[in-house]
Amino acid sequence: MSLSDVTRGGGPARVIKVDALARVEGEGALYVRVRNNEIRDLKFRIYEPPRFFEGLLRGRMYSDAPDITARICGICPVAYIMGASHAMEAALGVDVPRDIHEMRRLIYCGEWIQSHVLHAAMLHAPDFLGLQDALQIAAANPDLVKAALRLKKLGNDLMATIGGRAVHPVNTKVGGFYKAPSIEALRVLLPEVEWGLGAAETLLDAFSGFDFPDYDYDYTCVSLGNTTAYPIMEGDIVVSGGEAIPLDGFMDRYEEFQVAHSTSLHARPKDGSGPYLVGPIARYNNNFDRLSTRARDAARRAGLGPIVTNPFKSLLVRMVETIHALEEVRRIIEGYRGLAAPSAPVAVRAGTGCGCTEAPRGICFHRYELGEDGRIAKALIMPPTSQNQPQIERDLRGVVEKNLDMADEDLKWLCEQTIRNYDPCISCSCHFLELTIERE
Amino acid sequence: MAGARKPRLAVHKFASCDGCQLTLLDCEDQLLDVVGEIEIAYFLEATRQEIRGPYDVSLVEGSITTAHDIERVRRVRAQSKMLIAIGSCATAGGVQALRNTADIDALARAVYPNPEYFQTLTTSTAIQDHVKVDFELRGCPISREQLIEVVSAYLTRRKPNIPNYSQCMECKQAGTVCVMVAHGTPCLGPVTQAGCGNVCPSCERGCYGCFGPKEKANAKSLARWFEGSLGLSGRQTHDLYRTFNAGAPAFCEVGLAAIGEKTDETVAEVTR
Repeated sequence: MSLSDVTRGGGPARVIKVDALARVEGEGALYVRVRNNEIRDLKFRIYEPPRFFEGLLRGRMYSDAPDITARICGICPVAYIMGASHAMEAALGVDVPRDIHEMRRLIYCGEWIQSHVLHAAMLHAPDFLGLQDALQIAAANPDLVKAALRLKKLGNDLMATIGGRAVHPVNTKVGGFYKAPSIEALRVLLPEVEWGLGAAETLLDAFSGFDFPDYDYDYTCVSLGNTTAYPIMEGDIVVSGGEAIPLDGFMDRYEEFQVAHSTSLHARPKDGSGPYLVGPIARYNNNFDRLSTRARDAARRAGLGPIVTNPFKSLLVRMVETIHALEEVRRIIEGYRGLAAPSAPVAVRAGTGCGCTEAPRGICFHRYELGEDGRIAKALIMPPTSQNQPQIERDLRGVVEKNLDMADEDLKWLCEQTIRNYDPCISCSCHFLELTIERE
Repeated sequence: MAGARKPRLAVHKFASCDGCQLTLLDCEDQLLDVVGEIEIAYFLEATRQEIRGPYDVSLVEGSITTAHDIERVRRVRAQSKMLIAIGSCATAGGVQALRNTADIDALARAVYPNPEYFQTLTTSTAIQDHVKVDFELRGCPISREQLIEVVSAYLTRRKPNIPNYSQCMECKQAGTVCVMVAHGTPCLGPVTQAGCGNVCPSCERGCYGCFGPKEKANAKSLARWFEGSLGLSGRQTHDLYRTFNAGAPAFCEVGLAAIGEKTDETVAEVTR
């Protein structure tokens, strides 16, 4: 693909180009054209080659969906496994008992921990220090990077203990698990969880001293909510201000649309109310009161109020959520007495079902239509990065407008950092960044 | 020559989920030591720093699905002394190779309202279908231990110890009860290359073949066993063989035969 769809303005133009956005999962590009100190055009373009998952799922058994959709993303496979499983269970009328739900929450906490720590410490933190990567942080502060790696490993160990392996776990299925995870194997992780809580607090304290770029936005936050626990797989979809939408009503209110400059579909509310935010800040803003006391105290120490409006602080929110997830891990492991049955019985029938869970990067929505034989007639998946794309463009516009006097190289880096606020998973939304800024 | 330069490692991505390159970052206990021995010259998922080629070792993830990527993988090959394909996408086209035997227009229309906005090939193919590959690491995802083994072997200039026997061997070595014999659960273990650590049978689940066909796999005979002794339908046999290594010739051919379709020449061509 080329930039031929982008109109190049007349007159001498100043051009800034990023050929490859680093420290994100995937391939993308940014084009900005500035004239008379005004942004005339701005496009965040994703050109990850399409893999057609929704098409490939047609004709496959309902039971194949969790494992196949997991391959959309190697960083958040559990999000896909759980979203697809929930949707199938809704379509087939399967009741999942409490103990299985808790064990699913436990493996999901493992995914949040590994994904959040990877992003906050290894992919995002270098930007605030003006460094190329976490290895450069390691040269200056090896203890910080060693702690982050050890914490990330704990997340992976949880996933592997429950799921058989950390990337693309195999022990999960529609209805629950193939085999009940071992009580003993989980209990031995408890001392490490205790260490992890302290380490996550230390990392948060260190990150809270960063110099955060001056930019705020009054986000429309869309996340799960309307439930007692800090949501991972529970509740309805809520919009800032408290409106709750049941999962099967979501597609009545939101739609996907395609733009010429991206292989990722974008999402928007049908009422024309504009971009919205999903992910850690949206979850946090909608559910602050549901965080554990320890997580809320850590947030306050880091200078965060109950509503976060500076997207650069998403890195702090990720660490707050990591603390909450670690406490959940401790609670679930301490209460675990084995599963009454590894999975709930599943009977095949025709039906339609929706599932939506909080991937580390935000709500990931699935809907499937099944035939009488349990084979998939139609599949729809809305990953978080597709939903965030219009908001990423809006943030970029705001950040560029505020910093037009910056030197090209600095502005380019700030734009990259703005995109990395979202921890965009471009593999998910379809994947890398090329930035072009043209200005007179 | 004085002053031994550290070998330069590059990581390249084509159509994939990023899970195999993530496996490199998942080597938490070894990562800082590896970086002591190797210079990470190009690894977009982890660093902004880009050192131009040539590279001593390139790890290549993902499959080839666009004309642009055919050109790109050729450039990667030209810049790399040793090229290692990592994961099912790079070694067999990945789950997206299901498109090779499907109607691509219908697939595109099922996902995008305006498929004309982008260009894609009708096939998803392995790296070795386009350039010479020096070593393949199987798996969906690859195994962390095998990745460390292949990098260590390179550094000490020895042959990597990567087995090409079947999953069954791994189950026997681990003392895992055979799920097919004990529970009648269909399992691709007999025809699948070892290396994952027999994760599925350890969870009392049949192997789903994510490490791809072992050398000289008798996939046809196992398909007869599925249908004759375990009562699977042709469709079920097809789906088993055609998932994460859908494009691997040994699995593709037997999978298609199970639903009465022949591997036509185009498929044979793309799946080699």
